[in-house]
Amino acid sequence: MRMPKRVYITGIGIISAIGNNVGEVEESLLAERSGINGITLFPTIHKDKLPLAEVKLSNLQLVEMCGKKSDRFLTRTTLLGMIAGKEALKNSGINLEDGIKTGLISATTVGGMDRSELFYQEYLSNPVTGRLRDVVNHDCGDSTERIAEYIRISDFVTTVSTACSSSANSLMLGARLIKSGMLDRVVAGGTDSVTRFTLNGFNTLMIIDRNGCRPFDENRAGLTIGEGAAFLVLESEELVKKLNKTVLAELTGYGNANDAFHQTASSPEGKGAILAMGKAFQVSGLTPSEISYINAHGTGTQNNDLSEGFAIEKIFNSVVPPFSSTKAYTGHTLGAAGAIEAVISILTIKNSCIFPNLNWNNPMKELSIRPVKNLIRNYEVNHVLSNSFGFGGNNSSLIFSKP
Amino acid sequence: MTFINGIGLISPQNTLDQDSFLLNIVEQTSDYLKCVEPAYKSYLDPLLARRMSRLIKMGIVSAKFCLTDADCSMPDAIITGTGLGSVEDTEKILGEMTKEEKFLNPTPFIQSTYNTISSQIAINLKCHGYNSTYVHRSFSFESGIQDALLQLKEGTATNVLVGGIDEMTLNHLLITRKLGLWKMNPVHNLSIRQTMTTGALAGEGSGFFLFSSFMGKRYYATVSGVETLYKPQTLDELDEKTTTFLFRHDLKKEDIDIVISGTAGDINWDFLYDNYTSKVFPGKPVSWFKHLSGEYHTASAFALWLAANMLKHQVYPEIIRFNDIPPSRIQNILIYNHFRGVNHSLILVKR
Repeated sequence: MRMPKRVYITGIGIISAIGNNVGEVEESLLAERSGINGITLFPTIHKDKLPLAEVKLSNLQLVEMCGKKSDRFLTRTTLLGMIAGKEALKNSGINLEDGIKTGLISATTVGGMDRSELFYQEYLSNPVTGRLRDVVNHDCGDSTERIAEYIRISDFVTTVSTACSSSANSLMLGARLIKSGMLDRVVAGGTDSVTRFTLNGFNTLMIIDRNGCRPFDENRAGLTIGEGAAFLVLESEELVKKLNKTVLAELTGYGNANDAFHQTASSPEGKGAILAMGKAFQVSGLTPSEISYINAHGTGTQNNDLSEGFAIEKIFNSVVPPFSSTKAYTGHTLGAAGAIEAVISILTIKNSCIFPNLNWNNPMKELSIRPVKNLIRNYEVNHVLSNSFGFGGNNSSLIFSKP
Repeated sequence: MTFINGIGLISPQNTLDQDSFLLNIVEQTSDYLKCVEPAYKSYLDPLLARRMSRLIKMGIVSAKFCLTDADCSMPDAIITGTGLGSVEDTEKILGEMTKEEKFLNPTPFIQSTYNTISSQIAINLKCHGYNSTYVHRSFSFESGIQDALLQLKEGTATNVLVGGIDEMTLNHLLITRKLGLWKMNPVHNLSIRQTMTTGALAGEGSGFFLFSSFMGKRYYATVSGVETLYKPQTLDELDEKTTTFLFRHDLKKEDIDIVISGTAGDINWDFLYDNYTSKVFPGKPVSWFKHLSGEYHTASAFALWLAANMLKHQVYPEIIRFNDIPPSRIQNILIYNHFRGVNHSLILVKR
């Protein structure tokens, strides 16, 4: 049963390693300036050994930006989400007092782990130590509710957590809820902060590149962990017409499929990726030849880039549009990636340009396709395919179109 | 219409046995209610099972029970709700990390991701369909139900496997008990309301349901709808929203035959349940379940199992009766649950 309602994006908000708001992020993207640096946010044996894509603000600075007096109960994940959420709302010009049912769908993989890991560090050495207030914000729902409180949304809240595809799934759910008439407006996206937990976790899997990620490069050696948050305001066609809103893009397609192969590795042929992209095309009614640009998941791991590369070649029948992974700019922002890259995709539409796949030098032997190496200006971008493929085979693809 | 065609529930009760409905009640005096678990190796490849955490085993096996019950070998979609994910694995990594950041075992890290249950089930079944995980306190399972109902309405699926799963560990209990969430001392589960103490009796469980667009041979009930209510300000608002919710499903409050209340024996929060049932459904039969399941974010999965079985077997077991009012019929059941007065939810189940 096709639901004909259209879903538009009327506002975007973002904070990441390459900028603390949309304007700064846009500037960095156009300047081909990566946000990957060393580790400054927490003590770790990996300091000076592993790179990170940190948001260039301390927690106290984030607290100040939010207009709050203390970071009590506000984990870094929450703070990033608050900032991006607020910007998205402001950007959309929504008046939340207008009585229109508005939902918040957030996503996170880390949740309040940046705090809870501090608690456990003390508690596990000595069970009478550890500040309890560091564990109360641990669960994923916590950051969502604090963001909801901050941006004053209470009609509907929930949180998705599907590893690296989390916030792509938030956006997908938002669109579906609008199409079904359950909500008219949704603020959807996600947030994740860097933690010792994730840094060490990915490091034990030996998929962190000590030299910073090199997506789709023959010599790639892994990902770079990043942090950040992004939210997009989705509104129904009806509402947009009624309130005569300026629209940034349309969310025309979405697809979610599971690779069902292995918890941390993608199937060699990229089955889940092919299915997810296929579903997105089906929903949008578009054909691959109509895609102007692909913002790939492109983490820089041996496995993902090969699998995704094959899947892209298959779906596009080797007539592949310009594509790039922007993770060499922002790092892999885990649960926030889908939304952060959605914002980046929309910025390609806005700026009529293709942001490059930084750090790329050597074509992959197995693929016939090569990513965009340098910024391309004056390129009309009508439809963007954005991929987010996560651990557990959770593959999601979104299509954004010029309004 | 959405039919519950199969259920698999691992809980602190003997719920995996689909031939007996609340006949062998597990009574215990304990810090928290632990699940009655099956012999996992009978249902899982031993080589794979060796590396699986307890939560994953619970999830996969209850999902398999559900699919067998429904006579469905492959769902079109898999959706899980969990409040805390794998507590055991998370604690393992944190423990190792505290010692030093080298030589950490990757397996618990992989299994600590919240979507691990949905993924492992998909891998086990080789299911390439839609797959998602919701992690939002006591909205987790309800969000899963919402998504599943939407999938069926959209026509993108005919069979959706939906589950609610959470585990408790002693370590986690000891930490969170200090926050006032749980009973400070071991308590007899059937007497939790009589103790008049603060904190709930913690529990755990994994309940999977097969939601289908057609009536299966052994179907239990239909799920009409679910509503999550975030921060309702007053009892009047809850009352009003209940009325609106029921109206959307062509019912009035009078049409509800049984209310299942999520009352958990915590004197700090039970008043909300009692106020709700007496204001919104005065004179109606009220039942409860957390003395059997314990309290956890996805405990409403136990409530759904309860409602589905009452409707299928047309029985109103004594062990779950909260007040003395007998139902005049067992046709429409409403589940009402909340978490610390913030996350309230309604699930409407009919025969």
